[in-house]
Formats: sequence, C-alpha cells, structure tokens
Amino acid sequence: MSGEILLLLCLLIPLLAMLGILLTDYAPNLREAIGFTAALLLVVCVGLLTYAFLHAESLTLLIGEVMPGLTIVFKPEPMGILFALIASVLWVVAIIYSIGYLRSNNEQHQTRFFACFALSIASTMGIALAGNFFTLFLFYELLTLATWPLVTHHGDEAARRAGRVYLGTLMGTSICLLLPAMIAIWYVTGSTDFIAGGLFSDKASPSLTLGLLALCMLGVGKAALMPVHRWLPNAMVAPTPVSALLHAVAVVKAGVFTIVKLIVYVFGTQHLQQCGVTDWLTLLAAFTIVASSVVALNADNLKRRLAYSTISQLSYVTLSASLLGPLSVMAAALHIAAHAVGKITLFFAAGAIYTTAHKTQVSELAGIGRRMPWTMSAFAIAALSMIGLPPTVGFISKWFMLSGAMSASSGLGGSVAIIAIILSTLLNAAYFLPIVYHAFFSEYKAGDHHVTTQEKVPGHGEVKSKDDVYDQAEAETHGDAPLSMRIALIFTAGLTLLLFFAADALVSLTRSLN
Amino acid sequence: MSLSSHLPALQVVIPLATAPLVLLIQQRHLCWALMVFVAWLSLAISLLLWLQVSDGSVISYAIGAWTPPWGIEYLVDSLNAFILVLISGTAALVVPFSLHSIEHELHQQQHYLFHTMFALCLAGLLGMTITGDAFNVFVFLEISSLSTYVLIALSRRRQALLASFQYLMMGTIGATLIVVGIGLLYLLTGSLNIADIGIRLHDLPANRALYTALVFLSIGLSLKLALFPLHQWLPNAYADAPSAVSAFLAATATKVAIYVLLRFYFAVFGLQLLEATGTTTLLMLLAIAAMFVASASAIAQTNLKRLLAYSSVAQIGYIMLGIAISNETGLTAALLHIFNHGLTKGAAFLLLGVVAYTMGSTDLDRLRGLGRLMPLTSFGLLLCGLSLIGIPGTSGFISKWYLVLAAMEAGNWWLVFVIVGSSMLAVAYVWKIVEVLYLQQPDQGAHLQRKPVLSMAIPTTVLCIATIYFGFDTRFSLGAASAAAKVLLTGMTGAAP
Repeated sequence: MSGEILLLLCLLIPLLAMLGILLTDYAPNLREAIGFTAALLLVVCVGLLTYAFLHAESLTLLIGEVMPGLTIVFKPEPMGILFALIASVLWVVAIIYSIGYLRSNNEQHQTRFFACFALSIASTMGIALAGNFFTLFLFYELLTLATWPLVTHHGDEAARRAGRVYLGTLMGTSICLLLPAMIAIWYVTGSTDFIAGGLFSDKASPSLTLGLLALCMLGVGKAALMPVHRWLPNAMVAPTPVSALLHAVAVVKAGVFTIVKLIVYVFGTQHLQQCGVTDWLTLLAAFTIVASSVVALNADNLKRRLAYSTISQLSYVTLSASLLGPLSVMAAALHIAAHAVGKITLFFAAGAIYTTAHKTQVSELAGIGRRMPWTMSAFAIAALSMIGLPPTVGFISKWFMLSGAMSASSGLGGSVAIIAIILSTLLNAAYFLPIVYHAFFSEYKAGDHHVTTQEKVPGHGEVKSKDDVYDQAEAETHGDAPLSMRIALIFTAGLTLLLFFAADALVSLTRSLN
Repeated sequence: MSLSSHLPALQVVIPLATAPLVLLIQQRHLCWALMVFVAWLSLAISLLLWLQVSDGSVISYAIGAWTPPWGIEYLVDSLNAFILVLISGTAALVVPFSLHSIEHELHQQQHYLFHTMFALCLAGLLGMTITGDAFNVFVFLEISSLSTYVLIALSRRRQALLASFQYLMMGTIGATLIVVGIGLLYLLTGSLNIADIGIRLHDLPANRALYTALVFLSIGLSLKLALFPLHQWLPNAYADAPSAVSAFLAATATKVAIYVLLRFYFAVFGLQLLEATGTTTLLMLLAIAAMFVASASAIAQTNLKRLLAYSSVAQIGYIMLGIAISNETGLTAALLHIFNHGLTKGAAFLLLGVVAYTMGSTDLDRLRGLGRLMPLTSFGLLLCGLSLIGIPGTSGFISKWYLVLAAMEAGNWWLVFVIVGSSMLAVAYVWKIVEVLYLQQPDQGAHLQRKPVLSMAIPTTVLCIATIYFGFDTRFSLGAASAAAKVLLTGMTGAAP
C-alpha cells in the first residue's frame, strides 16, 4: 500500500469511527466494537506508516489549496510519527478503560462521549501529520472544539463554567495570538510549510523574531505555559478517561508538539540561536515547572495534583525546546512520549480508585494499595517515571534533557534549566512518593471520604449524589478495579517500563530531528 | 441584436415586470411558482453576466440606445457582477424557502403581496447594483427600500409595524441625504453618469460643494448599510420581519448599500480625496466601534434573531474596516466578507426560519436543548456560528485572514489585535447559543409544533454547505473578490466617452 493512502487512512479511520459510533447509538456493544476495531486499525495503519516513512524518502499528501500558496497538506516527520504512534496506541487502551469506567459509573451520553473521543483522535492525527502550520492550526482548533463537549460532559453548572474557561482560554489564545502570528509568518516568509531548518533564515530581524516567538509560545494555550495554564485544572471536571487520554496525552501533547514543531521547523533552531531570543522562554518554562510543582505538592484532590504535575511536565518539553541544542530538541520529543505513557497510567489509576473506592482525595488513600494492588503498583511505576528514575522511560528523557541543558549554548538558559530540572525532580518525588508509601504501608480507613471534600473543584464531583448512597459494606470489602480498567492501566504501566528498555528505537527515531 | 446582448436590462426588467404580474395572479401557489422561476432566471442571467466579464472586460449597455453619459447606462464589471450573483443566488434559495416559511408568519390572503414586494425588492437591489447612473441608483434604492418596508410590515407580529416604521424613517432620511449628495454632484459636473462624474471631477479643484456631497452621500449610505452608530433600525427590522425576509435582507440589502458606497468612493471621489479628508480614518474608527459595541450588544440579547442581527452590525464593521484600510488586500477582504458573510448570515437566518416554523419562536429560552430535538438544524447553527467567529475551515476564516493580512500590509499591527480581539466577542455570543442548544435540558413537554418540510430544508442545507465549502475552495470567491478589488483601485473604466 502506498504511503499516501496510509496517511489518508490515519485521518479517515477515526472520522469513520465517529460516524459509525453515532449511527450505532441503539446498540452499545456494537458501538464499542466499532470504536475498538477502528482504534486497532488505526494502530496498524500508523505502524505501517512508520514503516513506510522509515523506508521511503518523502511522503506528502496534498488535500487542496485553500488560498493561492496556502495548502492543506500532510507530511510525516520523525516527531509527528512518534506522536501519532503514541496517541493511536493509547487510544486503544483508553477505549478499553472508558468502557469499564462509563458503565461502572452509569455515565450519560455515552455515544456522544465516544464520538467526540474519535473526533479528538482524528484531530490529533491531523496535528501530528500536518505538513504546514496552516494545516496544523486547522486541526488544533478542531481539537479544541471536539474536546469541549467532553469537558462539559456532565452538563451541570460546574461543567459549563469549566467549559467556558476551557474554550475561552484555548480559543482566546489561539485566535488572538497564534492566528496573527501565523498570518505574520505567512506575510514575512511567504510560506507556512514545515521545513527542516525553518523558514526564517535572514528574513526576520531579532526583534521581529522575538515578537513572533512570544505570540506563538503564548498562543499555544494547550501547552499550558504559565500564565495560560488555568484551563487544564478546570478541564478536570471531565470524566477521568477524558482527563487521561486528552489532558495527559492528546490535547496537551498537541500543545507542546506544536511548540517544538514551530521552534524546529518554522523558526529554526539556528536562526533562534543567532538571534538569541529564547532565554525568556527558558526562564518562563523553568518558573512554570517549579511553581506548578509547588501547587501540586499542596493539592489534596488527586486529579488536581495530577493536573498540576502535567503542567509542570509539559514545561519540561518547552524548556528543552527553548535550549535549541540538538540533544535538547531530541529530549523534548522523547519527553512527549515518555510523559504520555506515564501520565495516562496515573490518571487511569485515579479513575480506578474513584470507581472502586469512591475516593478523590490524596489524604484518603492510606492503605488502598492493599485493596487495589494492581492499580497502585501501576501508579507507583508511573510515579517513578514522572520523577525520572530507572527503569522507567522518564529516566531516558530526563537524561537527555540534562545532557542537553549542560551543552546548551546559552549559559544562563542552560544553568537555569539544570536548576529547575533538579529542583522539580525533588518536588516530584515529594508529591508522588508519599502517595505510594501511604497506599502500601499505612492502615486502611474506609468511609470517611465525604469529610474531606472541601477542595471539590476539579474531579469527579458531579456524581457525588450517587456517591452518598453507595453501600457502606462495599467500602469495606471492595477489591481492585474492574477488569477492563485493570487491563488498561497494567498495559500502560508496562509500556512505561518497556520503553525504558526499548529506548534505542525511540532515540534513533528522534535523532534525525536536527 | 441578439437576446444575450440585452442581458443587463433583462436582469432588472424581469423581476420588475413580474411584480405587477404576481399582483394580478393572486393565487398564492401560482405566485410562488412564478417567483421561483424568476429568481432562478435572474441567477442564470447573473451567472452569464459574470462569465462574460470574468476575463476583466466591461459590459456597457445603453438603455433605450441613448448613449451615455446622456442616457442611462447599465454597467457590468467584475465588481458588480460578483454582487449580482450574490443577490440573485440568495433570492434563488430564499424564494423556494418562503413557500412554507410565510405560511404561519403572514396572513394567507397577503401571500401574493409578499411575492409582489419580494419581486420589487429584488429588482431594486439588482438595479442599484447594475446601473451606472447616479440618479438611477437613487430610484432603485427607493424601489428596494419601499418594498422592504412593506415586507417587514407584512409580518403577523405586531412589533413588525413599529420596526418597519422605524426603518421607514431612517431609510427615508438616508435616501434624502443620498439624493442631495447626488444633486450636488450633478451641480458640480452636469452629469449623472457615475464614471463620467468621476472623470469630470478630475478637472475640478477640490471645493466645498464636493466635500458636502461626500458628507451627504457618506451619511446617507451609512444609514442604509447600518454603519455604527446609524444601525439602530437594523436589529428591530431583522428580528421582527418574516424569516425569509430577514434572510434575504441580511444576505443582500446592506451589502448592496456597501457596494454603492464603494462605487461612489472609488469611481467618483477617489482614494486621494478620501484620505485627504480623513474619511478613511473616520470609517476605520466607526468600523472598530461597530465590531466591539455591536458584538457586545449581541451577547446581551435573549432572542436569537436579534442576536444575529447585532452580529450583522458587527460584521458590517469588518467589511468597512477592510474598505477603510483601502489597500488592495483590504478591499479584497471587504469584498470577500461581503460574499462570505452574506452566505453565513443567509444560512443562519434560514435556519432560524426553520426553527421559527417548527418551534414557533426564536427566543433563546424557548430553544433549550434544541440540539436533541433538531440535531441537524442545531448543527447548522453551530457551523454558522463558527464561521461568524472565523474558525479555520469556514468561509468566515478566509475573509478574516485577508483582513489581518491587509492590516499587516498597511503596517497597522495594532489593528491585527483589534480584529482578533473582537473575534473573541464573537466567540462569546456564539457560545451563548451553543450552550443553550446543547447543554441545557429541554423544557418539560417541549416538542416540535410542526415537522420541518423539504422546501425549507433544501435551500438551508445548500447555504450551510456553501458556508463551509467556500472555506476550503476559494477559487470563485477569492478570484472574484480580488478581481473586483483591482477594478476599484485602477479606477472605474466606464464606457463614458
């Protein structure tokens, strides 16, 4: 099969899956079968595409020309391939998990949920494989729109308010900052294509480059760089599978992916180095890393803690990309994958705990590891990856990140980066390890989970009323999570370990980036 | 002379002659059938004319073979051929739509009056666009305006009478100012042919009479095109008119006034005079005010039709901003937005016509949870909303892209952020609609009063698809708009001797 058809299929499969899901509203099992089959097919397709990409010189799929010179075009490159691979594999897992989660919690609007999920994956594929900034922007906006119904899934006032913040921030930044930046790039360089080495060489003065870079970096709201990070904790009102796949993988990764892509393929690392205009970005990312780690340390709601941890981890990617060196750029690409598998596991675990033990707060998790050994073991592995310890994939990306920072051309940027990485590693350990420790080594306490719900903001608050009527006896006897959820989280935890040992493949894929 | 050489005259004469015919027939289905035929015939003529001038040529047609500039000249170039297609295209969709739409919004014995007035209105708008004669513009303006007042007042809603009266007052003031302006130009040059006036003014030094004419024409036309702050008549008129009328007016009426303004500004006064007198600066400020104030008013509305009407005022601001920037890209953006916004608003008002037909109301609190009752209609409204914001993949995005590009080319970087900033207000009012449609629960016992019918569904679907289609394939819209912008800037090449 030719590569162009594979490219097209990668986009069409999730779209067709969405249609199929919408049409099979009447038969939930059939609907899930369609979604699951599509997800498997997508993995196969992306796999074949990877193979084709590695063995063919170039693949380009031109869809059409919107304005003279401005095309919708798809063109895979190493980082996009990696992103597409990760997203497609995790989609399969997330579907397995979601089936268990939605049915156990009797969620409403399941068809809408799965349909929007499929549309989000289609947008993610579009972002990952986009051949120019315009195409990427098109799918970037589509992703915002496709995930909005998922964030407001419960439809009550809290969800609607969160939806407004979500949409307002993401669309506000992309329309007010990113869109003008894109048009300006088009105006200055006459192109929006992603080209190795960037478009800018000699075409823009340092001050113009600085202005456009600032517009782009703050315009990509999905990367949750402070001060545009507020939407992410707000989005935690969504059901946990949404938080897991979208707000740990697809949406936020689309954000940092866009950032790396713009720095490498539009601005060009060479050009940025010559202009010397990225120190502020390094500082801002470093600040975001440390500040959000501190917030995470003080958050008692588990999902909120994970959300702030995500903000911090995303800024690792931005930080690395802002250092511009070949090692740093590679580390940025690696960390997109590394963080994805780890964070989805953590969210899966949070959802499993909620579904089984009806607990949302960190302070309620004492001793839960003995009731839910599978869940909490997976959680522990993922937490190690977040901290960056072997034998998890987080170690690999952090290794390259630190080496990149040490060899950074900007002395200030490099040293700030090293300090921020070390400091936040300590903070990561401080907010993840106690959870793991108490889960396994403290006494289990049941039934007091309603006392500590002051910090109700993000999370599973919507079904609290159902919560109240659940059987006290069940609380005493509950075991581990439902099977489908367990499979999912063991799989992703396994992936976290596996990628550590298969780091060679990752490294060789991303090495060709610069 | 073959028939095809008379196309410019037929373009206006056919709908004009249809009006009395409809009045005599009276039987409402026959009237409607005749009107559908005429609307499609007009579209065919417009397309033929557009094809003839798409290579950049100009058709000059002397009415009654009286050579211009003494006789009345009909002039078709790539600028107004584009507008003609928009007008007759909208009519070709709105007329079929009107059959069922007016069934419950008008008294049945008045249906033939509706069709009569619609024919007159169509003839008036086409005439304003095609004529090259300044006084003739005024005549057709009055024909279209008077018929519009009646069309609005025909609605069964009693508020429509007040809205119509308001519009009558403002419209008459506007028309008076316009005719005074034209009179002053005639006084100065002794000619009524627009292109000829422009040529003769070249030889005259700038003088007070000329400035006065500029002021009269500017204010008069601003009233007709609802430029902020002269837009007060528009929300009521759109909100209270029958749905089909709202859709037709929203897509065409203000757009034609903008076209006439462009024609006078660029063919008669010339860009230099406009810049020297500060007209472009003033227009820019008013356009920006429209973009923000009207969008903010839209957010506060509780009736969907009125909300979209305010949105129209804001979108007219975008068009005027493109004109005020007045470089080639800016004019392209303005003309593109005339077309793209015409499509979008036409589609949105047709959708509201469907909603009014099935639900009996367009009040937002009656439309809660419409997403579940009418999924396709709601989805269409969502698409139109996205186009109003300017999300990529919709036609609204294309015009906004060019508008931003124009601001950059003019070196006005602050304008870029003004444009995108006002888009955020559009996000707010669109999301108000989406939340009502999709996130709120339908009222107990909410149900469709009537089933949607095919004659309404097809035109609406066509316009909705067009809204998206022209966001991806811009060969027609962009090609026509940039050709038209070139015509504006290189000066009107009228056939005046």
